[in-house]
Amino acid sequence: MAKRIDISGLSAYYGSHRAIDDISMSVEPRSVTAFIGPSGCGKSTFLRTLNRMHEVTPGGRVEGKVLLDNEDLYGSGVDPVSVRRTIGMVFQRPNPFPTMSIYDNVAAGLRLNGKYKKSDLDGVVEKSLKGANLWNEVKDRLNKPGSGLSGGQQQRLCIARAIAVEPQVLLMDEPCSALDPISTLAIEDLVGELKSQFTIVIVTHNMQQAARVSDRTAFFNLSAVGQPGKLIEIDDTERIFSNPTVQATEDYISGRFG
Amino acid sequence: MTDVVLDKAPVNDTPPPPSSTLRQPRLPRWAPLGIGALSAALGSGVGLVAGLESRIQWGLIAALLYVVINYTLATLVEGSRQAKDRLATSVVWVCFLAAVVPLVSLIWETVVRGSKVMGVDFLTHSMNGVITLQEGGGAYHALIGTVEQVAIASIIAAPLGLLTAIYLVEYGGGKLAKAVTFFVDVMTGIPSIVAGLFVLAFWILYLGFDYSGFAGAMALAILMLPIVVRSTEEMLKLVPNELREASLALGVPKWLTILRVVLPTAIGGITTGIMLAIARIAGETAPILLLVFGSPSINNNPMEGAQSSLPYYVYEQWKLGNTASFDRAWAAALLLIIFVMVLNLVARAIASWKAPKSGR
Repeated sequence: MAKRIDISGLSAYYGSHRAIDDISMSVEPRSVTAFIGPSGCGKSTFLRTLNRMHEVTPGGRVEGKVLLDNEDLYGSGVDPVSVRRTIGMVFQRPNPFPTMSIYDNVAAGLRLNGKYKKSDLDGVVEKSLKGANLWNEVKDRLNKPGSGLSGGQQQRLCIARAIAVEPQVLLMDEPCSALDPISTLAIEDLVGELKSQFTIVIVTHNMQQAARVSDRTAFFNLSAVGQPGKLIEIDDTERIFSNPTVQATEDYISGRFG
Repeated sequence: MTDVVLDKAPVNDTPPPPSSTLRQPRLPRWAPLGIGALSAALGSGVGLVAGLESRIQWGLIAALLYVVINYTLATLVEGSRQAKDRLATSVVWVCFLAAVVPLVSLIWETVVRGSKVMGVDFLTHSMNGVITLQEGGGAYHALIGTVEQVAIASIIAAPLGLLTAIYLVEYGGGKLAKAVTFFVDVMTGIPSIVAGLFVLAFWILYLGFDYSGFAGAMALAILMLPIVVRSTEEMLKLVPNELREASLALGVPKWLTILRVVLPTAIGGITTGIMLAIARIAGETAPILLLVFGSPSINNNPMEGAQSSLPYYVYEQWKLGNTASFDRAWAAALLLIIFVMVLNLVARAIASWKAPKSGR
């Protein structure tokens, strides 16, 4: 069920400002691809173009092609809603729905889309929570509000919510930046397990994290503040961290900027 | 068991060095209370001696004294920074009392005077056939009128206002949204008599309909609409964008996101806003005067014929100018306050029931 993504000539804009410029790359199925790069280089924007969330921002617009198994996400007649059902997303800050219980949060995607059988729902919720390594912590309080959980638990709840709708691809936008090392470890382990089923793209500021969890790493950079971000290089994670082709990548990874 | 040890002053029982920058002389903890009592006494004293009749003047003198004494004492004892702190604190307290005293006295006055004739008879009888000089009669017809007119106005204005606010926050952004915001702002400033005159000119004089509770309700809806739009708009803006994005990223269409995620998150505040708008229009007299005409007898049909309403009833009874009618006016005023208060309590209950829950 995992699919590959091929991006060609993709640029994204906020109004007239170009945030990312002419990016072409591929994301392999059943693997973890990490995006690294300095703040403001357009990693998150690029990630959001992959499930058409970029256009939700006022003034957001995209040029170029994103092929999901050879089907262009930006082709005419493509419904962004069905794109987002196929390509799920986990955000930087945990954002469980505050009006819903833990159970309802996980079931939200199915319930709101109306495509489910009532008898299946319990099973899906349990499977998703187990998939997100959260089941044992919350199984006795499924009807309590999701906002009562700790930050790390909330983030895993959001992951459970995202995988409950069984997407083909899971996009994660700095999922651990607000979490402590133990919760981070839990989520990294989870990413390692999830890649057997999903294609995963993860944005991170944490170099070690990229090295630990990803199979391939893409390095983004921008030439100056206000300039659009560019893809510098993408390669197997091992190569990026041991022997990158581009000098800028090595400088960034080893902490020597500029 | 550690108490015994602690009794012997474990830290330091030598006095701090005189040059200590961390300790300064402080006024005793009861100082604000003491100064309050003192200035109240002084205020009354000055008032008595000077022969001022109004208790309000006594209070103002006491309030002024309270602020001044607080500031002076603190300057002398504690230094200028603490004195500014005390000045601000005392001004806040005085303002608080200045706001609360009229409110409490208003409610007290209404309860005391209104409870004279308030009772089952008052609530279940109209003024039909009651000689206005006599005691008796009631406000049943006015209560019916208020409930019906306010209900119709809310049924018109609440959904309209809610949808307008949703448009402005979730979809708007262009010139149309700016124009709508502008006109909503203008509508907020419409005096109620103008709303009444508009409906009178359009509905009764131009279209030729008769006086009715419905005509009054339309004017009330015009008054209610901008308040609902404004408060709902603010509440929707408070919903974090992350929740909308979380829902959209699950593949939920936008309209469903608004309906199932945004609105439930904001429902507490929206309800409160609508209830406040209802409370605001429940006390309107001018449109009722123009459009509902007023009637001493019970008319359950808001679509036809004159009705009454509580604020109109208060006005009418007060104008009659005799003891019995004054009592009835006060009782109706009390009834109106209770009506609005019950609505508010219901709103608060809904708000706290529906509000996003935290806790484990």
